[in-house]
Amino acid sequence: MPDTLVKARQLKVRFVQNGSAINAVNGVDFDLNAGEVLCILGESGSGKSVTLRALMRLNPPSKTVMSGTLEVGGRDIIAATEDELETLRGPFVSMIFQEPMTALDPVFTIGHQISEAIVRHEGLSRRDAKLRAIELLEMVQVPSAKRRLSAYPHELSGGLRQRAMIAIALSCRPKLLLADEPTTALDASVQIQILTLLREIQQEMGMGMIFVTHDLGVAGEIADRIAVMYAGRFVEEGPVVEMMTAPLHPYSRGLLGATVREGSRGTRLTTIPGAPPDLRDLPDGCAFAPRCSEAQSPCLAALPDLRTPEPGRAARCIHVESRP
Amino acid sequence: MLQYTFRRVLYAIPIALAVSLVCFLLVHIAPGDPIDAILPPDASAETVAMVRKDYGLDKPLPIQFGLWLMHVVQGDFGRSIANRRLVSEELVSAAGKTFILASSAAGLGFVIGCVLGGLAAAFRGTWVDRLAVGFAVGGVSVPHYWLGMVLVIIFSVLLGWLPSIGAGPGDWAWNWAHIRHLILPAVTLSVIPAGLVTRTVRGVVVEILSQDFMTTLKGKGLNRARVMLHVVKNAAPSALAVMGLQLGYLMGGSILVETVFAWPGTGMMLNQAIFQRDIPMLQGATLVLAMIFVALNLIVDLIQTALDPRMRRT
Repeated sequence: MPDTLVKARQLKVRFVQNGSAINAVNGVDFDLNAGEVLCILGESGSGKSVTLRALMRLNPPSKTVMSGTLEVGGRDIIAATEDELETLRGPFVSMIFQEPMTALDPVFTIGHQISEAIVRHEGLSRRDAKLRAIELLEMVQVPSAKRRLSAYPHELSGGLRQRAMIAIALSCRPKLLLADEPTTALDASVQIQILTLLREIQQEMGMGMIFVTHDLGVAGEIADRIAVMYAGRFVEEGPVVEMMTAPLHPYSRGLLGATVREGSRGTRLTTIPGAPPDLRDLPDGCAFAPRCSEAQSPCLAALPDLRTPEPGRAARCIHVESRP
Repeated sequence: MLQYTFRRVLYAIPIALAVSLVCFLLVHIAPGDPIDAILPPDASAETVAMVRKDYGLDKPLPIQFGLWLMHVVQGDFGRSIANRRLVSEELVSAAGKTFILASSAAGLGFVIGCVLGGLAAAFRGTWVDRLAVGFAVGGVSVPHYWLGMVLVIIFSVLLGWLPSIGAGPGDWAWNWAHIRHLILPAVTLSVIPAGLVTRTVRGVVVEILSQDFMTTLKGKGLNRARVMLHVVKNAAPSALAVMGLQLGYLMGGSILVETVFAWPGTGMMLNQAIFQRDIPMLQGATLVLAMIFVALNLIVDLIQTALDPRMRRT
């Protein structure tokens, strides 16, 4: 039985400000085991980044309301105190962000930013932490790592900056790595390098990883399992190969149809008509129904429950038959 | 870096020239004659002409300016028309007094401003924020001389705790007999920099707190104190820039505050020199103050560069 790193049940995240509430995440269930890579796929505003941040409780505390069950490393994240979270962040779970330019502090050196977490969590001296920082930079394949320690973020290229960001995230050997679109801000050629690197390191360290992206190609490259997110819910979840070849949910099919990939030569790309729903005022039924060509009246009446046509796969659509 | 500093020091030369020229011209454009201030109104025409010649005031303006400049380059600021004392000596004593007052006020204002600004940003939108911003607006808006007089009425007249005028007996020393003279003018003067620094620090810290890297820092599991270190280092360049400029203004000596408290600094000296058309005094004081201003700006720039690597110049 592998370690369960994350257990989420009916996880909901709402942002409340000035009386109005945005329902960003509306009941997400999933487990993540050690060594597993889950990719959360979805368009902007689908709640994927919010879900990811919720796992570390990094959403703005003053306006975020979380409910449901969320356990990370066996710890109840929703009820945890700030002190408990601080001991969890870094050594157990850490995050890589989309934009390495703004996610790094511009007035501190890369070396300082890598080693400060090590000093904080492992009680190493500054000098030992620096040595470890060099190892980390070498691990993420930063050339002349020793020299880069004293570099400031603005002195590095985008790819190197993201590598430094990864080194920071890995600095306390986390068991769970969260990646929030880490390749979106990078050149295509650098993207694939970073993805390969992440995959290698993940396997080497046996980490669990949750990877958020809107890019199907990226998801296919790195994931073991894919979860497709729409309007704050997982509409489909399953192993990567099945998901990519025979998606269950109409929204997943729509995403696939709108993407250029192997075998799509000669076929016409399709688009999904309409726009995502207003998260302040969600429909009672399936949130995708207004855009769905296969929608029927039950779709609008009530939220379809999760159906499992085969073990390990699930979708929220009335057209999917549950088989025990 | 060294080259940059050197270049900045060189820039001070044209600035100094321009400042002295403008000041010289302004004094001569303004109505009034220095001779009137030193001679009794019934002095004979010959006496006036003699005194005028004595001070070199009979020569054409460009020549007067040239002569003055030549002496200044040699370190000779001349003698005061009003009291025949050496301008340089007067300047050193007044600037010293003003420096004590200005740096105390600036230090006080900086500390108050950083604390209030930081609190306002940390508790944005709450009553703490509104109170701090209210204080900042009040501090910038309240007339100095009025505040000075109110403080004198409360602490000198009603309570009798602190003296209302002067800088204490004899030469300055850091003891209670002197410091008690410093408190009221320093507090009065600190209100404007405190207000400005509060607003700046609040704005800068609010912006820093909304930056992505704050999430990264929290995500690393750093505690509040360590996150604070990042906030402080990011906010410091802007706060110091405002403070440096304010210190520059304060070094000019607040004419009003120094007059209210009879503090013998550059402000009071300039005030007297203007009324007496004491040209050598005015010229010398303006030049020295302008140079202090330039020097402070340079120091602020260098500190900023040291703190924020993105500003590094070659």
